[in-house]
Amino acid sequence: MLEVILGNPILLALAALVGLAIAFGALLGFAAVRFEVEGNPLSDQINAILPQTQCGQCGYPGCRPYAEAIADGDSINKCPPGGEDTIQALANLLDVEPEPLDAEHGVEAEPTVAYIREEECIGCTKCIQACPVDAILGAAKLMHTVIIDECTGCDLCVEPCPVDCIDMIPRKGGIQHWYWPLPDGQNRGNLIATDRSSEQAAA
Amino acid sequence: MSNPGWVSDCDMPSKLILPVTQHIGAPARPVVEVGDTVLGGQMIAEAQGPVSVPVHAPSSGTVTAIEARAVPHASGLTDTCIEISLDGKDEWIGCEGLANWRDETKATLLERVRLAGIAGLGGAGFPTAIKLASDRDGGIHTLIINGTECEPYITADDTVMRCFAQQIVEGAEILAHMVGAETVLLAVEDNKPEAADAMRQAAVALEIAEVVTFPTKYPSGGEKQLIEILLNAQVPSGGIPADIGVLCQNPSTAIAVRDALIDGKPVTHRITTVTGMSLKDPGNRRVMLGTPIRELLDTAGFNADSADRVIHGGPMMGFAVTDLDMPVVKITNCVLAPTRSEIPPPQPQQACIRCGMCAEACPASLLPQQLYWYARAKDQEQLERHNLMDCIECGACAYVCPSHIPLVQYYRSAKGSLREAAKEKVRSDNSRARFEARQERLEREAAAREAKRAARKAAAEARAQAGDDPVQAAIERAKAKKAQQEAEQ
Repeated sequence: MLEVILGNPILLALAALVGLAIAFGALLGFAAVRFEVEGNPLSDQINAILPQTQCGQCGYPGCRPYAEAIADGDSINKCPPGGEDTIQALANLLDVEPEPLDAEHGVEAEPTVAYIREEECIGCTKCIQACPVDAILGAAKLMHTVIIDECTGCDLCVEPCPVDCIDMIPRKGGIQHWYWPLPDGQNRGNLIATDRSSEQAAA
Repeated sequence: MSNPGWVSDCDMPSKLILPVTQHIGAPARPVVEVGDTVLGGQMIAEAQGPVSVPVHAPSSGTVTAIEARAVPHASGLTDTCIEISLDGKDEWIGCEGLANWRDETKATLLERVRLAGIAGLGGAGFPTAIKLASDRDGGIHTLIINGTECEPYITADDTVMRCFAQQIVEGAEILAHMVGAETVLLAVEDNKPEAADAMRQAAVALEIAEVVTFPTKYPSGGEKQLIEILLNAQVPSGGIPADIGVLCQNPSTAIAVRDALIDGKPVTHRITTVTGMSLKDPGNRRVMLGTPIRELLDTAGFNADSADRVIHGGPMMGFAVTDLDMPVVKITNCVLAPTRSEIPPPQPQQACIRCGMCAEACPASLLPQQLYWYARAKDQEQLERHNLMDCIECGACAYVCPSHIPLVQYYRSAKGSLREAAKEKVRSDNSRARFEARQERLEREAAAREAKRAARKAAAEARAQAGDDPVQAAIERAKAKKAQQEAEQ
């Protein structure tokens, strides 16, 4: 047998190739088991882009489920809190055409935080249970309050409140969040003392 | 033009408007109420959070309002201010200095600096206590007193060095002691020979101090630029001078530290340059913080008709004042009232011709053209890759641009959006962690409930199998009791 193979160059080549295929197949098989990536790396990347508001406006119970749905082929324009920027980033990541925001799921709005009018709160804990990020503190029959820094502005606590004591107030605005707008290309800002012209300043 | 060499006190205004944010960081929280009587030096707003500084009343009077007012900020927005109507008596609380500051621990000294409300008085307003506390593993070997004037027109540092050289050196000694610096460099540009002389005379008192002069060129006052000039060392991109063992402080800040430790006085006044062609009497004024800019200008013979506008800060990095009732704050190093011909309006922007003059002018060795395109395209990834955050917003690129492109405005905007994006990222990472923690908790609770239910079911089944039916047992007990009662009757 061995002699036949060694004597026949075609069979020899065939045997060598089969041998290599088996060897590399085993190596790849081993690597697949040994270096297996846990979870879905694509949905992790998508989840990193989503704004983590956990508002459910996309129709999924949170940002991770939506990220998984996008990874499985759902459309990328269902996230109103993320808005155009998020759609653009997702389109870049997934190498698809960006689409306008699907108005069915809501419109892009200023980020907000929930604010509980504490004197009206009856302490029912319904909002605490609704909060997806545990940002509301309180106990039964005791006043509740929102940890502003942790609130994502998802709106989910407003609806369950039986006494309507929760307001959504804009999170940004004010001097701490302000930054220069991009010049409009008309150069109305000043070349030297940089910014607004006297006409604007007077306005 | 603003005639350095002497400083006059600005007249005491009738009221002061003190913003709670006069520094970089979290706003201070007012600790007085409307109607309260305050004395000079009294803390009226306390620091909130680690990166924050308190605000003190510069003179005695009554708090008449705590509300949103126009503040010196490029946005022209309003912010919380404490208004004090002065009684003119200028009564102060008792200030107690540390006689033997050399014997105190660094923590005590830092706390004093923090409580004195000191923020970088050069114009940036970064809390000084934080800067002093941020030494790296290698420690600080060199302290630089940065007497380089930030911008053309401004002579506040020059004046301070001429008039208060001794206090600067004392402050430098304290600062060097606090951070353990072995060398103190008193950096003066070569167009201020009088200041350099004054500093040389004062520096005799401090052995480790040395006055260094170097050619005048905007923007050598940037701390990273100054370090490169003096020490021929570069601060790494995104780093701070402490990374290479250097600390820079403005002369006025050094004096403020000295006053805080030796005299126990907080920051309540500052030296401000008041200049521009529409002033009859430009010069440097020692101003109470909170003085409305209008009153400061009036002391300098302000001619509102000839002034094109009023600028807070210098001509390169300053911003137009939208409301002359804005107060002078800790970062107000200059108030500029130029005429229209002095600082003319810009010419129309034209297309970039790729001449490269901006790249030559950039003191941070960035690529302004590339940054310009990326800023217009809002390409945050590329902006970061091209180190936009190292831009010091000096405006040299926009100044030299033959197409009059307001380059620095693009960078300012892009930097703002990068900063906001970074904050949002932190926020969303935090939310993700909290959301996932909650999901986990809910699952755990559901599993625990399920386990409990299963355990109860199993226990009930086990009892039933053992012929130990609780219902049957209860019926038996009731029967037995009834039988007993009947027997008793």
